[in-house]
Formats: sequence, C-alpha cells, structure tokens
Amino acid sequence: MIQAILVFNNHGKPRLVRFYQRFPEEIQQQIVRETFHLVLKRDDNICNFLEGGSLIGGSDYKLIYRHYATLYFVFCVDSSESELGILDLIQVFVETLDKCFENVCELDLIFHMDKVHYILQEVVMGGMVLETNMNEIVAQMEAQNRLEKSEGGLSAAPARAVSAVKNINLPEIPRNINIGDLNIKVPNLSQFV
Amino acid sequence: MEAVNLLSSNRYTEKQIGYLFISVLVNSNSELIRLINNAIRNDLASRNPTFMGLALHCIANVGSREMAEAFAGEIPKILVAGDTMDSVKQSAALCLLRLYRTSPDLVPMGDWTSRVVHLLNDQHLGVVTAATSLITTLAQKNPEEFKTSVSLAVSRLSRIVTSASTDLQDYTYYFVPAPWLSVKLLRLLQCYPPPDPAVRGRLTECLETILNKAQEPPKSKKVQHSNAKNAVLFEAISLIIHHDSEPNLLVRACNQLGQFLQHRETNLRYLALESMCTLASSEFSHEAVKTHIETVINALKTERDVSVRQRAVDLLYAMCDRSSAQQIVAEMLSYLETADYSIREEIVLKVAILAEKYAVDYTWYVDTILNLIRIAGDYVSEEVWYRVIQIVINRDDVQGYAAKTVFEALQAPACHENLVKVGGYILGEFGNLIAGDPRSSPLIQFNLLHSKFHLCSVPTRALLLSAYIKFVNLFPEVKTTIQDVLRSDSQLRNADVELQQRAVEYLRLSTVASTDILATVLEEMPPFPERESSILAKLKKKKGPSTVTDLEETKRERSVDVNGGPEPTPASASAVSTPSPSADLLGLGSAPPAPTGPPPSSGGGLLVDVFSDSASAVAPLAPGSEDNFARFVCKNNGVLFENQLLQIGLKSEFRQNLGRMFIFYGNKTSTQFLSFTPTLICSDDLQSDLNLQTKPVDPTVDGGAQVQQVVNIECVSDFTEAPVLNIQFRYGGTFQNVSVKLPITLNKFFQPTEMASQDFFQRWKQLSNPQQEVQNIFKAKHPMDTEITKAKIIGFGSALLEEVDPNPANFVGAGIIHTKTTQIGCLLRLEPNLQAQMYRLTLRTSKEAVSQRLCELLSEQF
Repeated sequence: MIQAILVFNNHGKPRLVRFYQRFPEEIQQQIVRETFHLVLKRDDNICNFLEGGSLIGGSDYKLIYRHYATLYFVFCVDSSESELGILDLIQVFVETLDKCFENVCELDLIFHMDKVHYILQEVVMGGMVLETNMNEIVAQMEAQNRLEKSEGGLSAAPARAVSAVKNINLPEIPRNINIGDLNIKVPNLSQFV
Repeated sequence: MEAVNLLSSNRYTEKQIGYLFISVLVNSNSELIRLINNAIRNDLASRNPTFMGLALHCIANVGSREMAEAFAGEIPKILVAGDTMDSVKQSAALCLLRLYRTSPDLVPMGDWTSRVVHLLNDQHLGVVTAATSLITTLAQKNPEEFKTSVSLAVSRLSRIVTSASTDLQDYTYYFVPAPWLSVKLLRLLQCYPPPDPAVRGRLTECLETILNKAQEPPKSKKVQHSNAKNAVLFEAISLIIHHDSEPNLLVRACNQLGQFLQHRETNLRYLALESMCTLASSEFSHEAVKTHIETVINALKTERDVSVRQRAVDLLYAMCDRSSAQQIVAEMLSYLETADYSIREEIVLKVAILAEKYAVDYTWYVDTILNLIRIAGDYVSEEVWYRVIQIVINRDDVQGYAAKTVFEALQAPACHENLVKVGGYILGEFGNLIAGDPRSSPLIQFNLLHSKFHLCSVPTRALLLSAYIKFVNLFPEVKTTIQDVLRSDSQLRNADVELQQRAVEYLRLSTVASTDILATVLEEMPPFPERESSILAKLKKKKGPSTVTDLEETKRERSVDVNGGPEPTPASASAVSTPSPSADLLGLGSAPPAPTGPPPSSGGGLLVDVFSDSASAVAPLAPGSEDNFARFVCKNNGVLFENQLLQIGLKSEFRQNLGRMFIFYGNKTSTQFLSFTPTLICSDDLQSDLNLQTKPVDPTVDGGAQVQQVVNIECVSDFTEAPVLNIQFRYGGTFQNVSVKLPITLNKFFQPTEMASQDFFQRWKQLSNPQQEVQNIFKAKHPMDTEITKAKIIGFGSALLEEVDPNPANFVGAGIIHTKTTQIGCLLRLEPNLQAQMYRLTLRTSKEAVSQRLCELLSEQF
C-alpha cells in the first residue's frame, strides 16, 4: 500500500502532498522536510530506493523516488508493493501529467493544483494503484474536462458554489499554493519520448 | 458545510470540488461525517457511473471506521453486480480493499467472495488488476475461501506471458504486456503453497518463460522497458523462492540474480541483493548463492550507495555458514571501520551473532569480539559483551586465552570502556591463569586495570571494584595494595552511593573474613545456564516486530532493562551456587552499615541479565509449579522453585537410560533450617519404571548456605508421570512443607539420531500404523521464532534434521529413547503456521504410549 505521495522541488518546497494515512499537520510537514533531506543528499546515479526508517510506519516502509529536472517525486510504500512497479508508476504519473498539460513544468503543478489532484486520483486511490493505463487516464481526464465545459466551468457555476469555494477554510490550503518563489525561472521537465 | 452542500449538487463540477475538498482536508472524525455519508449513499445509489466513481474514491480516500460501518455491506454488491461499469467495478474493488485494511472485522464475507474470484477472468485488465489486489489481501486472511483463485490466476498469467507485446494494446507498457497485473498475480500466488501438479506444470512453464525473456535482447533501449520487465522477473523469482520446490528454477533464478549483481543499474543490484537474501535460506540454492560471495563482498567494499551496502551486509549475514564464517566475519569487521554510522550497530550485532554461531574455535570468537569492541566500541551494546563473558565462563578451554588476550588489549593507551568492562570481569575471574607469566603478574594486572579506573563511568567502576575484591582472593600478595585503594577517600567517600557501599563492604570483607570464607564468597562464577542468546533477541527487536507481536520477548527485554542497572537484586544474585555473602557477614557479627546492601557479586548487571528468566519466573508459593516443570522439559539446569525461604536449583545430565541430577537447596534466610528432609516420592506405577537413588542430606541447613543432593536415575521402561520432591523443614518455630514435581521426563533419555532425508521418510512410512502416530494441533503460546524453536527441539533431546522436510519452515527431528528394557525410535515433525499462530505436531514412535507422552510434553513448549 502507498502511504504517501510527496512532490517537492529542488529547494524542498512541497508541490503536491498526499497522505493516505492521517497525520497531524505538523507531522506531515516534518515528514516532507526529512524526506527532502534524505533524498537531496543522494546522487543521481545511485539507486532509487531507500529505507524510510522512522518517518512513516517504521522499517517495513521504503521511499521510492525519482528526480525529474526540478521536481522530486517520492512515494512511500510498504513491502506489499513491487519496488520497480512503483518506479514505473511514477513514470506513468509523470507522463500522464505531461500529456494533460502538454510539457508539464513546475508551474503547472502550482496553478492547476486541482487538476493534478484529479489525475493522481485516477492513478492512485486511497493508497492503492487504480489504473496504470495511460490512455485510459487521459481519456478520463478529457471526459472530465468535457463535462466541466458543458456545465460552464467553475467560474460560471451558480453563486452558491463560488461562495462555497471562497468560504473554504483558507488557512489550510496555502501550503500547496506557495507563490513565494515564482520569479525563479522554472525550466520545463525533461522530455519523455 | 458548504462543501457538503456541494456534494448534493447535481452538477459534476460542483460535486467534484466538494469531494476533492473532503478527501484532502476533512479529518476522518469530523462531525460532518454523517452528512457526508448521506451524500455518498445517495451517489452510490444513483446508477450514474461518474457519481458512483466519485463517491467510491471519497470512501477510499477517507477510509475511516465510520465509513466502513456505513458502506462495508454495500460495496460488495456493487462490485459483483452484473450491470456495473468496468471503471466503477475497479474503484469498488479497491475501495473494499481499503475498508478491509482499516477495519477487517466490518467487511462481511459472503457469497460475493466466489464471484469476486471470477473477476480474474474479466475482459477489462484494469478490473482484473484491482480484483487481484483485493483477493491477495483477502486470501492472506482467509486462504480457504479464495483457493479457487490460484488456477484462475495461473491461467491468466500464462495468457499474459505468452501474448505478443501488441495483443493487450493499452496495457502494454514499453513493450511489456501488462507488467502491473503480472506482478499482482505473482504476488497472489505467493499466498498459497505450490498448487497441484496440473496447474503447477503450467505455472512452471510461465515462470520459465519469464526467466527466458530476461535473456532476450531488449526490445527497447529505454530504461522503462527493462524496469517493467525486471519488475515481473523479480516477482517471479520471489514466487520461485516462496514455493521452494523446483531446484531447477531456483538455480536459474540464482544465476539470474548473480548477473544482476554486476549490472550497471544500481536499482537492479539493490533488488538482486535483497532477493538473494531470501534465496540464501532455501536449501536447494544455498550452495548456488555461495558462489557469489566474492561479488557480494566486493559490493560491500566498492558500492557508493549506502542502501545497497546495507543489503550486501544482510545478504552476507544470510549466506554465512560454517565454511565461510571466518571470511565473512573478517570482511564485515574491516567494513565496520568505514561503515556509515546509521548501520554500525546492526553490523556489530550481526558480527557478534555470526561469530558465536559458527565459532569452531573459541579463541577466534574471543578475538573477533574484542576486535569488534576495539573498532566500534560505541556501538557495542551491553548484550554483546554480556554474551562474550557468558561464553568464556562456560567454556574452560578459552578462559586462559581470553585472559591473555584482554590483558594485551588493555595495554593499548586508549581503550573503549566496554573493553575495560570485559577486561575487568575476565581478569577478575581468570586472572590467575596468566599470573604465572612475569609480564602479567598480579600487580601488573591490577595496575593496568586501575589505570583505566578513573576514566570510566560509575557502572564500570563498580564492576572494577568487584574485580579488585576477586583479586584479593586470587592473589593474596596484592591484598594490601587493593585495601589501600579501597581505603582511599575517593572510594570510601565517593559521592556515588553504589561505589561507596561497594568500597566499604569489600574493604571490611577483605579485612575480616578468613581465606576460606573469601574463597567461598569469591569463588569462580558458576557456568551460566544455556539460553537463547540475548544478542539475537536484541537484533530481532531492532528489526521491529516481525509478523508476530513478541510479547514474551519484550517482557524479557523489559525485565533486563529494569534490572540492568548497577544494583543487582539480592534474590537473583543468590540464585545458583554462590551463597549470599551479605548473610555471611551478618553471621560474623560485623555487618556493614547498610545491611541490605547489594552482595559483592561481580558484574551485578551481568548477573541479572543472565538470570532474568528465572527472575521473571519467581512464582508465589504455588504447590503445583507446573510452569516451572514445563520449562525443564527442554533444558537441564536452572531454578526449579523459589520462595522467600528456599530456593531449589537443578543441574542434571543424562546418558542413554541413566541420569544424574544435582539438586541444590539454598537457604535464603539468615536462620538455620532444622530437620531438613527432602524426600522423593514415586507413585506405584512409576516405581516399576523409574529407579531413583539418593542419599539423605544433612538435616540442618545454615542461613545463607546451600546443600547439594545427588539423585541417580535409571529409566527401566517408558513412563508418563513425574516423581514428586517433597521437602519438610523447620524454620524458626514453624514447620514448612513444600512439594514440587521433579522434571524427570521421558524425553531426557533421548539420544539424537542424525539421518538423511531418504532414511527419515523411509522410517516415517514404516511407522504408519495409526496407533503409532499422535498428532496435536495447538495455538502458539510463545512468539513463533525459528531459532528458539530449533533450540527447543534440540533441548528436547532429539536431533534436529535440516533439509529433510521439503518445506523449510517445518522442523523435523529424530532420536531414540533409551530405557533399560527397550529402545524406542522416535520421529517428530513440527509444522508452524505463522498466519494462524498455530502449530501442528506429529509424533511417530514404535510405541503408542511414548508417542502420546512425548507429544504432550513437547506441545507445552511452544
């Protein structure tokens, strides 16, 4: 089972944080920080697995990560998952992002938080791998976009929905929408084909 | 609240944002959950696949107990309903899996299970993948209900493996057909033992194909292609290892892994080491694994990645055996000098265990451990040095060597505190063995130890003080020097109570007591009762609770922790043959100021560690003491009984149909026991089967003293009961009467018999008469640990036969029970079931009563 999916950039700024096990906010942030430090000090050409140790759940857990241009994708999984399988899953996830955003880059993850979450939801559900077929995922996303369009999108939604979104308890969200370092030039992710 | 309103909207966009909000941000115990559940229920019933999908996602993502309560009954219906869309089925399967993981008790098993199995035949590969995940988890808990999935999984697998890379269209990933599904199917098959022959042939074919494909040239240069291919390959290899029945496949798997060990990809090297670690424990491939030893050692030396090096250490530990132990331990020691700090402690433990387990020559063992302390003293835990002392004390042949070696090691200008501890202890006990050499005369030894004294912490100093008083006994010529040291202000007025007390007591002891008394009080430590290595327990603990919660193990650990401090408890200190010296002092009328002080037993902490199992077994004055009895079935020495007044220790040895038992009665009080009369009582039946002879003991037992009684035992014929030891004495004015069962059991007359697999099964078949076999299935009372179980079977008396049973998890033993009249051959087989925490024990002997009795005795042990 996948315990957590973390995506952060080379400076340790979290871009996507998804836990499939409840942790209090502070612990989540601490986990992200520690994971970042663990991953950062590793060379590019050494192996992609490392034992997470005390972070989540203890010795049964492994961190499996991949590094793309400016972003680290880290999956924390237990022993019931195949290591190479998860490595490929990360690849599928990133390729899907690439297809949906056409040359995905870090900025896409910042500005289209919701979409990234939807895509992730198509791939991993409640910590379990749902779909590994890229075409299927892309098709689902397109269907979703069509539905959204036909309903006029969120902006055209009735006032109730808009107010709902505005009234959402905002202080909890900004950890994902950090605009502090936007002036840094963000290169595109490497190409996949 | 607004988000919940959104859920009940009919518009997709609104619903979606509502669900996203809930699954990302809502805490599972929020009060809103009832409202949310309601909205979800509506969506599940809506028959709109998109809405159902969203609802299922939400349940899976939150996955709380409330949700499980609300929906666990409903989801299986959606899953097996004929008209459900593929994508919804897929979500439903995983959703159910999630709920099952959070609250397995809430998911009802029912007739839906058989239909779930048939989802393996589904057209849509996504559904199959999801269903396989679900079935794998369910099958681990309920293997029977999902048995039919095996053949379906195999046929599905073979269809995938043999398909051309284009057949599966979308599910082909970089030219590999459906890698994820293959991995899942192989995982599922690992829940079951090898299937029956027909299916097995097909499975073997599949596995062979997978292995063959690994040899083909890659269809694509991309790393993703090889990744996917190898993911399947590794999973296939772990299935082969799990089945452990096809020597041919095992060897091929091993060769394949060997290739990977030198592969360019670090990931593959890592995984190859990991798989090989499990492979090393299989009987067929152990030899094959050993051929790679050089590569692995090389990996340890040159690998740049700590994760990989750690795996290499694990593998070396797993593949070590008697022939390679010296080499491996040497390599690990040299690696230790440069190892990463994070894994040093683990390596230290492993080296210590290997050195002990495979030590042919105990001088080598002592050298290794001292080296270990020298190289990585900070990482050497208490258990390691306790253990080396236990071993040195129990083995006469290394004592002199050990004393010499520690003496030399201590001469280094800077040595680790742990080394000082070992040195202090060993010189204190066995310093006399090297005192003949003028270079290590008593005074030099003492000065050497004392030069380290001031650099050490309090517990070590306490230990050194004990070593000094032992010197007083061993070497009268240094007595005055030591007395001077003890008399100095820094000792007598030490701020630490423990040190001060020891100094005061030892000083008095050395001045007041006669040489005789000194010699008794400070006599050499008795051999420690053999028991499981505490290091092994520590390593297990470090590795985290494995599959079982090690309740007893942790209990024992805890009792060590509690008592591990510098203060030994008087009760356990007087346990075996050292009479309690504080009582002696009282008798001399010159008690030190603190009457209940710790007795001067050297290395208090050590002693307590050694006796921790007896300390935990100190029972209230129970007439039956059945528990203690059971503990002696598999061992011969230890404390049989203990209360406030009296302690009974046992030491026994058996050869063929004869045995001798030493019973030690220790008076724990300071008052005499009068008319002390132990009697052995045999029932009438037993009398004809068992001959016991003993001499009466002295009727008075002084306070703090110990008397010994020898019982000669002869087994005439097989027996089931046990003799009773009744002890009567007067203490103060009151009459005391104690009865305990004496652990003389049939299995004591076992002689182990080694035999090969063929012989074993031939004999096993010969004893096929139904009266000859007794079988018992019972629940494990202790943690199910392989090493402990092995030790128990050996302690039980039979030979432990390795590599006989095709399933390596099972234990097989053989031996002959010797009685005066006959000899009875016994075969036994113990099959643990880790999942159910049960054992099945089967005994076959040529005599029914013997089978019956042995089975009873042994069943109590696990």
